[in-house]
Amino acid sequence: MSAHADNIPSSRHPLVSYIARWLLTTNHKEIGTLYLCLSFTLFFIAGAFAMIMRLELFAPGIQFTQPDFYNQLVTMHGLIMVFGVVMPGFVGLANWMIPLMIGAPDMALPRLNNFSFWLLPFAFTLLLSTLFMEGGAPNFGWTFYAPLSTTYGPPSTDFFILGVHMMGISSVAGAINIIVTIINLRAPGMTLMRMPLFVWTWLITAFLLIMVMPVLAGVVTMMLTDRHFGTSFFEASGGGDPVLFQHIFWFFGHPEVYIMILPGFGIASQIIPTFARKRLFGYRSMVYATVLIAVLSFVVWGHHMFTTGMPLFGELFFMYATMLIAVPTAVKVFNWVATMWRGSMTFETPMLFAIAFVMMFTIGGLSGLMLALVPADFQYHDTFFVVAHFHYVLYPGAIFGTMAAVYYWLPKWTGHMYDERLGKIHFWVAAFAVNLTFFPMHFSGLAGMPRRIVDYSVQFADFNMMSSIGAGLLGLTQVLFLYIVVKTIRGGQKATAQVWEGAEGLEWTVPSPAPFHTFETPPVIAAEED
Amino acid sequence: MSVQGTPQGHGKQAALLILLACSMFGFAFALVPLYDVFCELTGINGKTAGPVAVPDMPGPVVDRDVKIQFVAQVGKGLPWEFRPTVSQLSVRPGEMVTTTFYARNRAGTSVTGQAVPSVAPGVAALHLHKIECFCFERQVLAAGEAVEMPVTFYIDADLPEEISTLSLSYSMFRVPDVEPEQVASN
Repeated sequence: MSAHADNIPSSRHPLVSYIARWLLTTNHKEIGTLYLCLSFTLFFIAGAFAMIMRLELFAPGIQFTQPDFYNQLVTMHGLIMVFGVVMPGFVGLANWMIPLMIGAPDMALPRLNNFSFWLLPFAFTLLLSTLFMEGGAPNFGWTFYAPLSTTYGPPSTDFFILGVHMMGISSVAGAINIIVTIINLRAPGMTLMRMPLFVWTWLITAFLLIMVMPVLAGVVTMMLTDRHFGTSFFEASGGGDPVLFQHIFWFFGHPEVYIMILPGFGIASQIIPTFARKRLFGYRSMVYATVLIAVLSFVVWGHHMFTTGMPLFGELFFMYATMLIAVPTAVKVFNWVATMWRGSMTFETPMLFAIAFVMMFTIGGLSGLMLALVPADFQYHDTFFVVAHFHYVLYPGAIFGTMAAVYYWLPKWTGHMYDERLGKIHFWVAAFAVNLTFFPMHFSGLAGMPRRIVDYSVQFADFNMMSSIGAGLLGLTQVLFLYIVVKTIRGGQKATAQVWEGAEGLEWTVPSPAPFHTFETPPVIAAEED
Repeated sequence: MSVQGTPQGHGKQAALLILLACSMFGFAFALVPLYDVFCELTGINGKTAGPVAVPDMPGPVVDRDVKIQFVAQVGKGLPWEFRPTVSQLSVRPGEMVTTTFYARNRAGTSVTGQAVPSVAPGVAALHLHKIECFCFERQVLAAGEAVEMPVTFYIDADLPEEISTLSLSYSMFRVPDVEPEQVASN
């Protein structure tokens, strides 16, 4: 992250030029850094909401929060983690790494890139400001089902709608940029089937974003007109249907969950070969499996709605389609394991996070299969089992994936090695805490504890206490992570260009830290037998 | 570098992708009528159709007992009492049945209501045919007025074997007061 102020007149006050530099930057590395900083900041804010919820759930009874405020916390935690942490985190990694990995000088549309980033701080300021409004923040969960969000939504719902529109525009613009960059700016010889898998998974994710974020924009627009302009899309008294809301929402929502994991698949596919010192097993099958997952994600939304009174054939269709997704996912897990098989493995922090990603994402995948079974889902629906399931795919999945990527590429970004000892402590404590937090939720859920409720019956007390202790520990480990990242930015052992012994790819041919401008003349990729 | 790697090439692709995004925004709205058509064909959301034409009257009566339960709900802000006069009937497919719902306006002014029907399980909606129903038009009740509103229907013989009980539910919603001849579409 070298300072660079080519186009900023030097006569200005240093603070003004500092702000102008970050506000006006069109450099993919600086914008990547901005995305990652925003994601990290929001991670602590949404994490703090989770801490308050776990504190409340530490023991039965209502201790610290009123039910309505608890619902607002649930909503904000979900919305910000999904749209403010996981997605911008992955977009930040894409900005930093895709041009470096395909030998491009920058993103194809640098000004659009700047615009898509700067929409986000405003969108999230707007969203967070609802907490201080009269009537409180949105309290209907991140899924904002009608009529909770239409007839019964607080006045601040309109600010939420505007915030969602801004995030949506940002995501779509970012996705367009990524696709155009990947299609147009690959270095000579970088054919599609030679692209690193992180680039492949992002290409597919970007298409998913363009396909579904506008549907989300559509559904919040319908909400807005239902609330204020007399339409009845979701209002039964006017001939609408609230179940329609769920169909449109989950048509967006299910591809959205793959948007939150596919780049993580890409990251694991970069890191595991490096530390196993072997080529990735089954490159082609990885690409095809990712495409298949993306295609299938459009025909499984109904599995979120098994209990809405869907007819039998609908339930059967969505059940089988959902279970089909396990096949390409299993191909991926098999390939990662096969890459490690008989490799010369070492266990640096990124590798630890990547292996934990594979293992624990698989646990989340298996509980997903349980939820896909219609008769079982009738029992599990809206219990803590669902909470356990999606936190297993999101925390040790998306979040651990992002952390693995940060440890893996931080030396490239900063020019310094992070503190390996602290990194390993961070990993082991986080891996322990994540299981202590989320594993007991399977049991409380199976025993019937409903989700999104401030209080619970006494028989769930032990499991909840365990989850709360785990959550507190998990929160603390992320403070350690912040310390490690800041320490690495400020100094440390100098990193070489290749950084990792087994690392291969264009990003490792440029010096560490990566200079402000890279690949101004495209590198030539030597042909190798594919 | 390929020919496409020029700013013009970027613009063209970006334009195509923006077009894709806009059409997906449109698709979200297209889902609304698509959903209605799909539900009408399959009956999955439990909405019943309008009145049946006289030539489509029921076929022969089948010797099979089907339990039908009646449910009534009052929407937010409607000062009415609203309930079925009989909560449950045992009927045979093909048999014409008439039952009534009781409604009383508790307000001191005239109030208009519109009933929205729903059948559970949803697929049964395809096999429940109404000849006459108070839900076909808006109901205007004067201050304190009480009425018994009839529904005449039959269940056809194609009702799937596994359905032995179904429920017919009406939610009564308050609607703006209008001229009596302006009836609702449903």
